[in-house]
Amino acid sequence: MTLEERFDVILAAEDKIEPADWMPDDYRKTLIRQIAQHAHSEIIGMQPEGNWISRAPTLHRKAILMAKVQDEAGHGLYLYSAAETLGVDRDQMQTLLHQGKHKYSSIFNYPTLSWADMGTIGWLVDGAAITNQVMLTRCSYGPYARAMVRICKEESFHQRQGYESLIRLCSGSPEQKAMAQDALNRWWWPSLMMFGPHDTDSTHTEQSMEWKIKRVSNDDLRQQFVDMTVPQADYLGLVVPDRDLRWNEERGHYDFGEIDWEEFWAVVKGNGPMNRDRIEHKVRAWDEGAWVREAALAHAAKKEGAIT
Amino acid sequence: MSEPVISTAPQGAPASDSSDPVRALVAHADDNLVLAQRLGDWISRAPELEEDIALGNIALDHLGVARALYSHAGHLEGKGRTEDDFAMQRPEREFLNALLVEQPNGDFAHTMVRGLLFDAYQVELWTDLSGADDSTLAGIAGLALKEARYHLLHTSSWVIRLGDGTEESHRRAQAAVDALWRYTAELFEGAASEYHDIWRKVVGEVLDEARLQIPDDPYQRSGGRRGFHSEHLGPLLAEMQWMQRSHPGLEW
Repeated sequence: MTLEERFDVILAAEDKIEPADWMPDDYRKTLIRQIAQHAHSEIIGMQPEGNWISRAPTLHRKAILMAKVQDEAGHGLYLYSAAETLGVDRDQMQTLLHQGKHKYSSIFNYPTLSWADMGTIGWLVDGAAITNQVMLTRCSYGPYARAMVRICKEESFHQRQGYESLIRLCSGSPEQKAMAQDALNRWWWPSLMMFGPHDTDSTHTEQSMEWKIKRVSNDDLRQQFVDMTVPQADYLGLVVPDRDLRWNEERGHYDFGEIDWEEFWAVVKGNGPMNRDRIEHKVRAWDEGAWVREAALAHAAKKEGAIT
Repeated sequence: MSEPVISTAPQGAPASDSSDPVRALVAHADDNLVLAQRLGDWISRAPELEEDIALGNIALDHLGVARALYSHAGHLEGKGRTEDDFAMQRPEREFLNALLVEQPNGDFAHTMVRGLLFDAYQVELWTDLSGADDSTLAGIAGLALKEARYHLLHTSSWVIRLGDGTEESHRRAQAAVDALWRYTAELFEGAASEYHDIWRKVVGEVLDEARLQIPDDPYQRSGGRRGFHSEHLGPLLAEMQWMQRSHPGLEW
C-alpha cells in the first residue's frame, strides 16, 4: 500500500490522521490555514470584549467577562499548538497575521458599542462558532478534532452566559431592552456571515469535505444556526432584523433574507469598521513587548551560561 | 517561634484597624479591586500570549478576593450594602486602597515591580489574617494566601528576568523601582515593625538577584488608607462605575 492509499484508508475508516502520518501537501496547507485562522480569531476576538472589561456594570459580570476573554487566549494558545503539529511555529503564524496575510473571523471587525454587545456576542457569535465547531470535533485531523472537543465545551458555557445576560436585560427596564434590540440589529447579519459564502461560491468547501476536515456545508450550517436562534430571539421578545424571515412549514426550516454580500466581501478584504484597528492593536502590543521577550531570552541565556 | 508573621496576633496585621473591622475589610477589598481593574487593562496587550493569560488570571484572583471581602464587610456592617454598592457607589474619597495599587500600569516593568512590592506585602497579610478570630475572614485569607504566593512567584521571576536581562530591561526595571518605592511604607502603617522588616528582606532578595537598587531617596507618600489619593484613582473609578452611575438602580 502506498502512503497515499494508506491516507485514504484512514479517512474512509473514519480514523484520525495524526501528526506523524503521511498526508498530502495540500491537506497540510489547508489545515494550517484553517487552524491558524481559527487561532487568530480567538486572539483578535479578545479585543472587542476586552473593550468592556473595565466598564462591566457589576463585579459579577466583570468576573465572567474577564474569565471569558482569558478562555479565548487559552483557546488561541491551544489552537496554535495544534497548528504547530503540522510544522509551522506560532511566531510565523503571528507574523503572517500582522502582515495581513492570514485572516481571522470577520465578525471581530465590528465594534462593541454597548454593554448589550457582550451578551449578544456570547449568544450569537459563540452560538455560530459552536455550530461550526461541533462539526469540527469529527474532523479527520486528530489534534484539531481533540482541541475542538475541549473548546466546544467552553464555548457552549460562554453562549449560555451570554444568553442569560440578555434575559436579564430583556426583563429589565425599557432602556435595557432597547439596548439589547440595538445590539441584535447590529450583530445579526454579521453573525450569519460567519458561515462564509454560499456553497456555490465557496472555493474550499468541496475539497475540505472530501478530506473530512469539513463535514457540513456553509449554507447548511447557516440554516441550522437560524433555526436554532430565531426561537431564542422570540423568547427574549426581540425582533430579528430581517423582513423575509418566516417559518416554512414545508421545508421545516426558517426562510430568511439574503446577506449583503457586498458588505461581506468588503470586510473580508480589510475594509470593515475595525479591521485596521484590530491589527494595529495587535501589532502595537507585540512591538511594545519586544524588549520584554528579549530580556527573557537574554536572562535565560545567562542562566544557561552559568550552568554549563 | 521562628515565624514571627504567624505568631503575631491578627490585631497587629498590616493596615488593619481593630477598632473598625468593616473599614479594614473595605480597605483590603479596595486594594484588590483597584489592582484587578489595573491588571485587566493588560488583557490583549501583554508581551506574549502566556502573559495575557497569566495577568488575566491574577486580575481574576484579586477580583474574587475583593468580592468576598466586600460581601463580608456588608454582612458585618449590617446595613444591607452589597459588593456592588461598595465598588460602584462610593466616591473617590471613600476608597481606602493603598496608593501603590492605583498607580498606572506604565510599561511591563512598572506592572511587574508594582506587583512584586504588593504581592510580598499580601503574602504577609494573608498569612497573618488566615489566623484571624473572624472565621470568614480567616477562610478568605487562607485562599488568598495560596493565590498571593503564586502572584509573588510570577512577579519576582519577571523582575529578576527584567533586571538581569538586557540593558534596556534593566533600565526600565530600575526606573520602575525608583518610581514606585515611595508607595511602599504606606502598606505597613500601623503594623508592628517586623512586618515591614520581613517584607524588606523578601523584596530585597529579589531586587539583589535582579541587580536592582533600592533608591536612596527616603521620601514616602501616604494617604490612601484615609481616602487621600493620587490623581490616578479618579479616572479609574469613573470608568469602572460609569454603567451604574449612568443607569442607576438597574439589575444587570
